[in-house]
Amino acid sequence: MNRFDYIRPASAAEAFAEAARPGSAYLAAGTNLLDLMKGGAARPDRLVDISRLPGLDRIETLADGGVRIGALVRNADLAYDAGIQRRFPAVSEALLSGASPQLRNAATLGGNLLQRTRCPYFYDVASACNRRTPGSGCDALHGENRLHAVLGWSEHCIATHPSDLCVPLVGLDAVVELEGPGGAREVQLEALHCLPGATPERETVLAPGELIVAVRLPPQGAGLAAHSRYLKVRERTSFAFAVVSAFAGLELDGGTIRTARVALGGVAARPWRARTAEAALEGAPASPDSFARAAEIALADAHPSGENGFKIALARRLIVRALKDALAGTPEAPAALPASPFAPHPGADHAA
Amino acid sequence: MPLDSPAPIAPYPRHGSNSGQPLTRRDGELKVTGRATYAADNHPADLLYAVTAVSSIARGRVTALDVAAAKAHPGVVEVFTPANRPPLAHDPDVKLGMFGFRIEVLQDDGVRYVNQPIALVVAETLEAAVEGAALLNQQYEAQPARTGLDDGERYAPAAVGVGAPAHTAYGDLDAGFAAADQIVETDITTPAQFHNAMEPHSVVAQWDGDDHLTLDMGNQALVMSRDAYAVYFGIPAQNVLIRSPFLGGGFGSKAILNGPQILAILAARQLKRPVKLALSRAQMYGPVGHRGRTWQRLRLGLDGEGRITALHHQSTAATSSFEDFLEPAASASLHAYASPAILAETQGLRLDTGTPGPMRAPGEASGSAALEVAIDAAADACGMDPLEFRLLNYAETEPGTGRPYSSKALRECYSEGAKRFGWAGRPLQPRQMRDENGMLVGWGMGTALFPCPHFPAEARATLRADGTALVETAGVDMGQGAWTALAQIAAEALGLDPEQVEFRSGVSDLPDAGVAGGSGHTASAGLALHNAGEDAIARLAELAGADPASPLFGAGNIGVVARAGRLHRRDDEGRSESYADILARTGKSMVVGTGRMARDDAAAQAWAMYSNGAVFAEVKVDPDLGVVRVTRLVGAFAAGRIINPRLVRSQYYGGMIWGLSFALHEAAQTDRRTGRIMNADLSEYRVPVNADVPSVEAILVPEEDRYVNPLGIKGVGEIGVTGTVGAIANAVRHATGVRVSRFPIRIEDLL
Ligand SMILES: Cc1cc2nc3c(=O)[nH]c(=O)nc-3n(C[C@H](O)[C@H](O)[C@H](O)COP(=O)(O)OP(=O)(O)OC[C@H]3O[C@@H](n4cnc5c(N)ncnc54)[C@H](O)[C@@H]3O)c2cc1C
Ligand code: SF4
Repeated sequence: MNRFDYIRPASAAEAFAEAARPGSAYLAAGTNLLDLMKGGAARPDRLVDISRLPGLDRIETLADGGVRIGALVRNADLAYDAGIQRRFPAVSEALLSGASPQLRNAATLGGNLLQRTRCPYFYDVASACNRRTPGSGCDALHGENRLHAVLGWSEHCIATHPSDLCVPLVGLDAVVELEGPGGAREVQLEALHCLPGATPERETVLAPGELIVAVRLPPQGAGLAAHSRYLKVRERTSFAFAVVSAFAGLELDGGTIRTARVALGGVAARPWRARTAEAALEGAPASPDSFARAAEIALADAHPSGENGFKIALARRLIVRALKDALAGTPEAPAALPASPFAPHPGADHAA
Repeated sequence: MPLDSPAPIAPYPRHGSNSGQPLTRRDGELKVTGRATYAADNHPADLLYAVTAVSSIARGRVTALDVAAAKAHPGVVEVFTPANRPPLAHDPDVKLGMFGFRIEVLQDDGVRYVNQPIALVVAETLEAAVEGAALLNQQYEAQPARTGLDDGERYAPAAVGVGAPAHTAYGDLDAGFAAADQIVETDITTPAQFHNAMEPHSVVAQWDGDDHLTLDMGNQALVMSRDAYAVYFGIPAQNVLIRSPFLGGGFGSKAILNGPQILAILAARQLKRPVKLALSRAQMYGPVGHRGRTWQRLRLGLDGEGRITALHHQSTAATSSFEDFLEPAASASLHAYASPAILAETQGLRLDTGTPGPMRAPGEASGSAALEVAIDAAADACGMDPLEFRLLNYAETEPGTGRPYSSKALRECYSEGAKRFGWAGRPLQPRQMRDENGMLVGWGMGTALFPCPHFPAEARATLRADGTALVETAGVDMGQGAWTALAQIAAEALGLDPEQVEFRSGVSDLPDAGVAGGSGHTASAGLALHNAGEDAIARLAELAGADPASPLFGAGNIGVVARAGRLHRRDDEGRSESYADILARTGKSMVVGTGRMARDDAAAQAWAMYSNGAVFAEVKVDPDLGVVRVTRLVGAFAAGRIINPRLVRSQYYGGMIWGLSFALHEAAQTDRRTGRIMNADLSEYRVPVNADVPSVEAILVPEEDRYVNPLGIKGVGEIGVTGTVGAIANAVRHATGVRVSRFPIRIEDLL
């Protein structure tokens, strides 16, 4: 196998120093990175194992009422955290709709944010892929692309970001805390992932060696707790990535929408915040008409990147459904089939 | 999966002390404790690891391999390429027997499909072999890949499947269509599907000298494969020993020899050390078979009352550029419904893929998928309930031949299944039913059908001095439960409890148990075991009858009954003696009986023999989002005598879930430009998960068959796939009004 160095730094500072060298990659739980290495799609020379760095595995409530989640918090721990379930229920539902229990027990928050696309040509080293090998071309463009992007793509890359978790997070204005050789800084999650443009290999705004240390959820998001939903259309009932997913959160003033948050997954190279749709909803009556109009607006700039035009119609319908469900109220307990349209009610019969 | 709890066992007859009993698997504990050894669990001393380098193009030739780089990698022992591949005693481009295919074993630099082996790297560790294979950095001269109907080469095949006719006609088709009031046409395509057994194909090959070979490998046809390996390696068949106690699934893909395994065996001989090779998941998408794509068209002529006047099933079936295995889909229409005229015909299509092969219900699955959709469309066109339509066109005798059925409890399957499902009152029109959440609900059904092939098989039964028995046959347990069901049959013939019977199986030096395929293994190997047991009992009775000291003395012509380890005089059961006593007194350490699969050829010609069933499906479809969930599956099957209802139910469940997978999930996604399979992994080659199968139920309809074979056993392994695919598609149509024309059904088909 490809030889690489394995380094287990004792401190964050040591980690940045190692990881800033070319050819390095951070290793968290490895559920994504090791798969890529086995197939040859990633061939780092140096793995910097951050999984034992101290202090990154806590979920803390902040003085302002927000929440700070350490980058090494396991997906399962985050999903089942009582505070998260109560105040940011869509975060929990999104997590539980992803992967499998075993994977969620291992996978970390930081790894989930930075997981790579599931574009099959990216995984297949015999295929041309600009994201994996800059300038080599994009074999997905005229290939098997029914699940590829319909928003924000370019001729250079039509891949999507696969994370479920990121969809409600981006809708909840999550902030990503970074530390690196150049010091600490913050970016909005919405600005963490880059759209492909002419440089799809540049997937995020992280500088070399920069480490995600935490994600912060501002307290305002908790105001949506009573009316929020994450829905995921997938091709089997569990253990599948989203064809399209949607987060909808509402704050209501009687029959009028005071605040609206809408985000989509599986449609672009980043979790897609639908700000124009939110603007159209705010101040409007919480009605099917408003929802349909918002859905139109959210996908106004969408274009098929191949045989995936159906995803545009699907995304519109999913936004309408998520808004309707959000209006109806957040389920009191996690659904039997998280994020599935087939178990809209908590405790609904597993057999539908 | 919350499978419905098994119904009480009572309804079918108990034929003796053992069969009919729902025994749990005799190998169950070994399996759940991880002590059941599969091929790749073997680690003989001095083991080397082999890895194939595989082609990434579909057609062309390899122009360069950096063998020096691979060999320079620490741990790499040897690299085999067409330049140094040791000779074989058989030309791999010549078919070897009925189940033998042309295979790629580095005979030249040609590339005929993606994932074809183009070199074999052997190393001290698996890691070194994998890296060595990567370092070969192969270069190609590529030609355009032929991947579809428009660029593949069409031809008229000599046969479909394994030697079945490519063109079968009964009656006057033109007259049938002329007599029709209406003609209903249905087009269906089915994709390439891969067996994806959990256990990848693997082998541990050890040579003793140059002419004795031991193979640990998952294998569905032990003696047939042993003979074939002997030919490839130019040694006597008895010098080859295949050990295959367990298979982690075969589904047809482990019955046929393949290139990578032959190369590993060659390497072991050349390097004089044991060699292990296990394919990676991705490498299974090429050299070890798959279900080939089909493009099917059905035309049904219908009279004013809804009777079929003519049935034309046409299929184009894909195969590789160099070998023929054509999914015999059209044949599914030959035996299912009454029609005065039937034509089933297949056209071949050569593509740059690995050669397809038999995959669970080959032909029956994809053919039934299309036929049952066509039947539903016909019922629709006649304004009839789909069950009523099927009953109207019920085949009382085998279509075409007019032969009577050896048994056919299909009507009972229809009625039992319909009752359990609650079919009565189903609205005729689509889009009539919704659940409390607004989901569209649809009900559909399909007829399940599978023939009853038998294979030659032999067995040996030894009654031992302590009154226990040893029974032996080279049987195959690929998860279906042969270790248990075959032992039950043998124990019954021997008048013993299964615990008193030691069963040796899964090794090629035992009597030939034939192929575990065609759903015929229990019948074939079971008959051989039954006959061997009866032979041993007869010999024992002879000993006792001739012994004046035995209470059975003189029983000769009257006969004996074997029960609970004793022989009883048939006319006076009070007179009996235990097996152990008989042997002890006559001074024998054992009595050995032999038997073979034997059935009355005249009966086999005179009667038409099939397992039958009816599958009912309920689906829910989100009206806005197009997502489908199969909320209920009920199958009712009649398959003659049931040896072990627990195992049989599992086969039906597995078959029906496979059908669900066919209907909604499975498909290889081939890049049409390169022929590369873009989802060669279990994440993206989708099979259902538990949450996709909330409720599946199998009803065992009693059926007695006096003609199929002396035990009355039919097959259960594949029938569950048939019927189910169509039932689900028809339920989707009932829910949504959309008649699909391709499998799997996708979200965009229903939006
Ligand atoms: C079979 C399967 C199914 C899946 N299904 C889903 C699904 O349905 N929905 C879904 O959302 N996800 C799914 N996933 C993806 C899964 O969520 C990710 O693999 C997981 O979250 C990655 O976390 P990790 O800790 O293992 O990351 P790793 O694999 O260790 O790392 C992933 C990437 O992030 C980088 N990285 C990790 N942590 C940091 C950090 N703190 N700072 C900077 N860089 C970092 C690594 O360098 C690497 O590039 C699935 C995965 C598998 C294998
Ligand atoms: S879509 Fe992006 S990731 Fe996929 S092949 Fe093209 S460049 Fe690579």
